[in-house]
Amino acid sequence: MTRVLIVDDHRLFRSGVRAELGNSIEVVGEAEDVESAVKAIAEHQPDVVLLDVHMPGGGGQEVLRRVLGSGSQVRFLALSVSDAAEDVIGVIRGGARGYVTKNISGKELTDAIRRVADGDAVFSPRLAGFVLDAFASSEAPPIDPELDSLTQREREVLRLIARGYAYKEIAKELFISVKTVETHVSSVLRKLQLSNRHELSRWATARRLV
Amino acid sequence: MADQKTLAEPTGDAPFRRMMRPMEGRLLGGVAQGLATQLRLDPVVIRLAFVLLSVVDGIGAVVYAVLWMVTPRQPHQGQSPARDWSQLAAFTAIGLALLAFGWLTGASQGGIGMLPFAVGGIGALILWQQADPERRRSWMSGAALSIRKNRVRTLLGVMLVVVGAAGFLYSQGELAWQEARPGLLFTVVVVGGLAVIAAPWLAGLWKELQLERRERIRQEERAEVAAMVHDSVLHTLTLIQRVAHDPREVSRLARSQERELRNWLYQPAQDADATLAAAVRRIAAEEEDAHGVPIEVVCVGDIDLDGGGRLGAMLKAARQAMVNAAKYSESPSISVYAEVEGEEVTIFVKDRGKGFDFETVPLDRMGIRQSIIGRMERHGGSARVRTEPGEGTEVMLTMKVEKA
Repeated sequence: MTRVLIVDDHRLFRSGVRAELGNSIEVVGEAEDVESAVKAIAEHQPDVVLLDVHMPGGGGQEVLRRVLGSGSQVRFLALSVSDAAEDVIGVIRGGARGYVTKNISGKELTDAIRRVADGDAVFSPRLAGFVLDAFASSEAPPIDPELDSLTQREREVLRLIARGYAYKEIAKELFISVKTVETHVSSVLRKLQLSNRHELSRWATARRLV
Repeated sequence: MADQKTLAEPTGDAPFRRMMRPMEGRLLGGVAQGLATQLRLDPVVIRLAFVLLSVVDGIGAVVYAVLWMVTPRQPHQGQSPARDWSQLAAFTAIGLALLAFGWLTGASQGGIGMLPFAVGGIGALILWQQADPERRRSWMSGAALSIRKNRVRTLLGVMLVVVGAAGFLYSQGELAWQEARPGLLFTVVVVGGLAVIAAPWLAGLWKELQLERRERIRQEERAEVAAMVHDSVLHTLTLIQRVAHDPREVSRLARSQERELRNWLYQPAQDADATLAAAVRRIAAEEEDAHGVPIEVVCVGDIDLDGGGRLGAMLKAARQAMVNAAKYSESPSISVYAEVEGEEVTIFVKDRGKGFDFETVPLDRMGIRQSIIGRMERHGGSARVRTEPGEGTEVMLTMKVEKA
């Protein structure tokens, strides 16, 4: 059973998510701002934190900074109405292991939570689009070739995600296992978090979280 | 924003009113009387002060004239009442006597040194007189507070003023002394003292002005947001309540409102006829509105449209693919992915609906064969359709373009 904590400043939305999540997920608590979120995470030690991006007191990024900064191993899945590039890239670089928008269905959300709990990454089609955009060929030479560019395979996986394919369908399409798809996505996540590519730095500085 | 206009309305029964010139019992223009009511003093005191000041270089007369000009007359019904000539004569006599005395002793020869006082004093009076009673009170309390907070400064200021004034009077009294120079010197001391006292008060005034400006900008921004919320969001909510029995229509309305808000919040104003990504988004929005099926659009890279040529044909084919998916697939949502990479433009339209057997589609069905595949091939591109019953459908459009 996956233990989940919901952090969102809208009560209606918290109860909505609670109702939608399947039986395989236990909601251990809720929080409505940065302060209460940090406290609740320390208290409950959940497997996955569902994190809203825009909240009073600094937003999701502040929660990430304080919790992950203190050395906690809690995993975060960002959940937001916003699909602006700064918000998406911002929380991912802040340490979230995935980003989904709030219009996601209950079943998809349950899948995403399980995947994050297992240590994998979750990309929405839009996030995949942003990543492809950010890693598209640019004039500036990469500073770190390993981190600053995507492999052909990673690019293929991301493109399929952007086209609306589920992991299982991607695996079938590329004749690889679902596990391999997850490995590729996790590797992209790592690059996204650590790369110093100009486009990423620009997004990051826009949100003051270099 | 109906409640904003209340701000401008005068506060009728406040303890302090704006200064007015009453017509009853006036001697000249009613300035002294108005000032007396304002300051809660006897009019005689004010009148004497004016007379006294007029004797010293005529400052009083100037102040009186300026106040007369800037102070509105108090509304009065009927004929203006006559002036009290006997009192006016008495004050004039006092003034003349003082003037004669001053002229004889030379005490009124303030010289150039008196000018700063005149100008500064008149300015301060005008400010005071024009100000809102509320603000005036906050100035007063602010000044009182800063005096309490900063005793050393105040003490120093008062000392300077006293020394300066004493020296000034002394130099005026001693005619034998080298006339204007010491007078000027002590005037400078007095002005310095006043400046020391008034500095925090002036600073406060400046800060308040800045605050007010910022507040106004914020108000304007709020008005813009309110207009957006009112014109579109409230409107949609009302519509939704009216069609609450039709879930399809409700979700269509909610969706289109969401899209509009999102564009307003996150997306820079885009000209839908200028670039491919913008055009794809616009087409998806239109078909979403028409068929009530959510269409998720992801765009990577972008390119300028070529004015109805190849990309125009491609967009038409993409629209047809979206229409097909929305109408026939019964899929809960449709994914559209447009990518520009190098000289190749690709658009994918995918649904998770029931799919179909491509071979069994009758030859006369125009949708796929003509509007999509035929159109793409005529313009030098290609279209591929992948589908199977139960597996959903994906239409893939590819077109080569020359990049400028």
